[in-house]
Amino acid sequence: MWKDFLSELRSKELVLSMCLFAFLVLIIFSFAFGTGLKSFKGIIPGILWVAFIFSGLLGLNRSFGVERDKGTLPGLLLCPVSPWEIFLAKMIGTLIFTVIMEIFTLLVFTILYNQNFLPFLLPLGLVILLGTLGFSIIGTIFSAMSSTTSTRDVMLSILVFPIYVPVIIAAVKATGLILDGTSIQTVYAWLKILVAFDLVFLLLAYLTFGFIMEE
Amino acid sequence: MSASKRVFKMTLEIITFLAMFAALYAIFLYAPVEKTMGLVQKIFYIHLPAAFLAFLGFFITFIASLLYLYKRDLKWDAAAFCSAEIGVIFCTIVLITGPIWAKPIWNVWWTWDPRLTTTLILWFVYIAYLMLRSVVKEHQRANFSAVFGIIGFVNVPITFLAIRLWRSIHPVLISSRGINISTPMKHTLALTFLAFCLLFFCLLKSRIRLEKTRMDTEMVSALVEEKFYSN
Repeated sequence: MWKDFLSELRSKELVLSMCLFAFLVLIIFSFAFGTGLKSFKGIIPGILWVAFIFSGLLGLNRSFGVERDKGTLPGLLLCPVSPWEIFLAKMIGTLIFTVIMEIFTLLVFTILYNQNFLPFLLPLGLVILLGTLGFSIIGTIFSAMSSTTSTRDVMLSILVFPIYVPVIIAAVKATGLILDGTSIQTVYAWLKILVAFDLVFLLLAYLTFGFIMEE
Repeated sequence: MSASKRVFKMTLEIITFLAMFAALYAIFLYAPVEKTMGLVQKIFYIHLPAAFLAFLGFFITFIASLLYLYKRDLKWDAAAFCSAEIGVIFCTIVLITGPIWAKPIWNVWWTWDPRLTTTLILWFVYIAYLMLRSVVKEHQRANFSAVFGIIGFVNVPITFLAIRLWRSIHPVLISSRGINISTPMKHTLALTFLAFCLLFFCLLKSRIRLEKTRMDTEMVSALVEEKFYSN
């Protein structure tokens, strides 16, 4: 089941393009807002998450898109594994690639905007991981759906964004609070929403993914 | 079909028609003009039932999607689709009447209140649902849309929670939204509720019939085509 991961890792194409895209998003933000803003601290979480989500979508499109393009999906389905395992493999693959991209984005952000994330690394990492997990879960479900359509890329965004709203809110808020240096107790409420979202959608994926994989 | 039978089949439509008229009468002539808000408050009688029916429509979509996945009967898929379509119509009515009412009363068209925001997100979810249906290939449509119908609905409470938490940290622009209504207003509201519910089921009924006819036509044309090409 790790063949996806291996083949992607060998080509490195996807991760590279995701990173590059995130880089560009950051640069565009600096042109859009200017770096001399007084309230710049307030928009950091926004910039970060917009970069994460847009670049993440890039990766999602590929997740099942490649299988459909090369016609390997039937082969995958013939393997003696359950749809749930296919889902997990795809989801974890997306998660890993997106996290790599996010680490890169944080590094670039540190350099470009002169922000130090080091003191907040642990809580920030937790929030990013939970947010990205939710993103990978719904993204993988919808990527499997949208990859069959002709308007794949647009369809994926239209499906993912409305469902992803609670995660965006919670993740952006939590990131902002962490960067403000507030205690973990205030962030806790947001973390709960992130965890709830992840669990609920993991369960839904478990229950419904078989239906999506039916040809 | 005899004329009396046809009239009988139309009972729902006829009652709806009468109820709508009664509701209009009640809204504009029976219900008193609200003291502080004035005439614009009358929009309330349309806004509230429409909101209720939008949620009802989406709820029916959710149930029908579940039933479809469980029973694998295309009938439920059609019901889910039709209900979502009508839900979107009522949701759009809510989103249009809301700002019209809000502008003179709250002095803004829109605020990021949890209820407003959730309704907007809900609207986006079901627009996505309808779009998904229009682009997916026939043999996968029912499965995909059922899954999306379920996911979209389950997401609503989480979204509402997140948005409420998000707002409660900032001062909320409009905090008290309670409306004291007099008895004639209550009567009017009950009547409009009834009329709108009837309208909802009327629309649902005819929409499902239309969808069924469409499915039948498709089947027939497929049969004809098969016959034509096999010879």
